Amino acid sequence: MRFGVVRFPGSNCEQDVVHAVQHLGFEAGYVWHGDTDLTGYDAIVLPGGFSYGDYIRCGAVARFSPVMAEVVRFAERGGPVIGVCNGFQILTEAHLLPGALLRNTGLKFICKPATLRVEESVCQWLDLPAGSVVNVPVNHNEGNFICDGETLHRLRDNGQVVLRYCEPDGTTADGGSAPNGALDDIAGICNERGNVFGLMPHPERVVDPVSGGTDGQAFFIAIAERLVNAG
Amino acid sequence: MARFEIYVTYKKGIFDPPGATAERALVNLGYDEVDSVKIGKYIQLEVAAGTPVERVREMCDKLLANPVIEDYRIETVGEA
Repeated sequence: MRFGVVRFPGSNCEQDVVHAVQHLGFEAGYVWHGDTDLTGYDAIVLPGGFSYGDYIRCGAVARFSPVMAEVVRFAERGGPVIGVCNGFQILTEAHLLPGALLRNTGLKFICKPATLRVEESVCQWLDLPAGSVVNVPVNHNEGNFICDGETLHRLRDNGQVVLRYCEPDGTTADGGSAPNGALDDIAGICNERGNVFGLMPHPERVVDPVSGGTDGQAFFIAIAERLVNAG
Repeated sequence: MARFEIYVTYKKGIFDPPGATAERALVNLGYDEVDSVKIGKYIQLEVAAGTPVERVREMCDKLLANPVIEDYRIETVGEA
């Protein structure tokens, strides 16, 4: 089981991801943004950071990197792709996921632990029971998820809402529990098939207990087991 | 050389946090007449003479604007 972690100019979480998956006993390798060959990788990670300086819009330029055409083909073949933070922004810009991520409503860069509720979803990356509450840090300026009403209905109806920001007891507050103003408290969504998953929080930062938690482990173990079982 | 000016703004109904903040700040400064502030992007584009506006529209759809959340308006400034 080998994860390919894409490095764009301005990525800054790729080493955390590689450390996290190696800590769990899986292999990982870096994929350069100019590469066009993903042979040998079973799952692809688009890490966090500030690809291309976040110029124009977050992810808008990274989306046209040579490697992204290959990532799109990989995803269309059913290959598992996860985008964390800037990676999520890139996935929406590449139209692998619907919606967009706007500036946080408070205009502040948010860097803090977040409580997330796992929703009933088709996501292949996460196998936790619906209703589980996990602690995973967020670290972003543009995490305010938005989409049109029709898309939101589709996301809900198809089980594509994977994670919602919540209160520590798992409920969502009346005025919303998202620290960034995200629509419907959405922290992570997947595509209809469940193989492409984008989320603002950083599970790779809570894999090795030395960094303060282990709730992120489930985000990498489930997909690995699924791939191994699929042979 | 042909010149175009492009105005990128959020679509109607998309909350614009910087605009809303500027709006509140102006009201706090005593400008009670302020009803709404929207903040967008202004892009100056210079391209080869004779470039049709359709090409510019394509550039906007692909990269300069995100049609999911943004509208854009292209103004032809003329040949330089």
